[in-house]
Amino acid sequence: MSDTSRANKRGAELRLSGIGRDFSTNVVLRSIDLHVSAGQFLAIVGRSGCGKSTLLRLLAGLDKPTRGYLDLGTDRARGGARLMFQEPRLLPWARVVENVEVGAPATETAVDRRRTAVGLLAEVGLANRANEWPGILSGGQRQRVALARALASHPQLLLLDEPLGALDALTRIEMQRMLERIWQDQGFTAVLVTHDVGEALALADRVVLIDCGAIALDLSVDLPRPRRRDLPELGRLEERILDRLFDSRDGASPSAAAAA
Amino acid sequence: MNTSVTGVLSDATERSDQAARPSVTNGLARVLRRVLLSVGFGWLLPIALVLLWEASARLGLLPDTILPAPSAVFLAAWNLLHKGELLQHIGVSGARALSGFLVGGLIGFGLGLANGLSERCRELTDTTLQMIRNVPHLALVPLVIIWFGIDEGAKLFLVALGVFFPIYVNTLLGILTVDPQLIEMGRAYGMSSATLFRRVLLPGALPSIFVGIRYGLGIMWLTLIVAETIAASSGLGYMAMQAREFLLVDVVVLAIIIYALLGKLADSIARALERRCLQWHPSFRKS
Repeated sequence: MSDTSRANKRGAELRLSGIGRDFSTNVVLRSIDLHVSAGQFLAIVGRSGCGKSTLLRLLAGLDKPTRGYLDLGTDRARGGARLMFQEPRLLPWARVVENVEVGAPATETAVDRRRTAVGLLAEVGLANRANEWPGILSGGQRQRVALARALASHPQLLLLDEPLGALDALTRIEMQRMLERIWQDQGFTAVLVTHDVGEALALADRVVLIDCGAIALDLSVDLPRPRRRDLPELGRLEERILDRLFDSRDGASPSAAAAA
Repeated sequence: MNTSVTGVLSDATERSDQAARPSVTNGLARVLRRVLLSVGFGWLLPIALVLLWEASARLGLLPDTILPAPSAVFLAAWNLLHKGELLQHIGVSGARALSGFLVGGLIGFGLGLANGLSERCRELTDTTLQMIRNVPHLALVPLVIIWFGIDEGAKLFLVALGVFFPIYVNTLLGILTVDPQLIEMGRAYGMSSATLFRRVLLPGALPSIFVGIRYGLGIMWLTLIVAETIAASSGLGYMAMQAREFLLVDVVVLAIIIYALLGKLADSIARALERRCLQWHPSFRKS
């Protein structure tokens, strides 16, 4: 893997130890220990309600952990961390290009921000829609604008909260390819939360399965990119993750983490 | 009236002539459609009603002392205009309406913002404001006359109070109903409070604020008419009351028509502003 060259560019290194989050008496995350090296593409999978989105919100700083130690290794002056939501969350009253500028650092001049935004719109294939209102774009196009906005600060860490979940199958594959290409170009660290095990395996260097608020499985996916969807190794890995997921439902202890 | 209609017709004919030369009947239908589209179907009915009104007055179905013909009203307008009285009355009424609207509207907007943005402020003042809101502001007329006499202060106070509530309520509602997901996005993307307000909260509340403005404009005229009719020494309402004393029905009708036109004018300005500011909104987007 060409991880080292990318890491030198700008990826952040994440360290989480003993991270937990309770909502009143409900323990959503028990104790998460995770080390993500710079430039790695990590996918977090799990059933809905397993705590994976809560973990991502902690990483994004939208929520504070109840216990544990969290170090994102990001620096706002060098791009910081950016979150891409499940929904595009574009400002309907701002033109597409202005929406992308929202992501650019406030310290930049207006001219620089516009230049960054226009460049990123070209990158996601929407250069000719810069002056449209977001309301008239399709779902996939809106999510691409949201991706451009997330990239506008040249982040060291990109957090993705099931951003492709609401898209149709074809648009989804197209977006996955775009995401992979941009990640390879820019070398940021990526953390993708998804319930789609296939998507996680197509994109990630490493897949972490969260179950009942703890890491149940940690697999590294050391396959060449771009990955063909019919690779037999992918099928085997998917089986392993699904087996682990259904095992735990039958009463196995979720804290017994299996390392890859 | 006749001349203006033919003027529009010949104008449109010229334009369609430049474009193409279809058969005569086809062309006439097209011209008619174009006139209707440009003037708006909304004006068809009022014009027809005025024509009907004029006809009934001419035929003697409507006695002059009940409802004078539109032409008589127009004549009265012309005479008053000539004497300079009409513009003076309109000016006085317009200034009252505008100043009352500005005072009440700005206070309502400010309090709406404050209560929308600060929960503590809302807890402190909203209950009181909602209580006062349930008092019809025109019920205060006797009290206001005792306080201010028939001075300008009385009208300003009543109009401002009437305009305050719709603008306050709608500004507050607008701020409170801004999509929380967008606010979260703004925070996650590092917006400062000022930027968040300017880029997310205010534009998000704007559609609702415009509803308040248009509603407030309606109340503005209503309050002014009542205030000027009851106690005034100038303005349109005063003009109408004076005319009633001398049984000048045409002037009374004229005052009513001018109120209608001024109301329509204010609403049109508000609508134009709304269309300009809310271009992004699906209801105002050009197809």
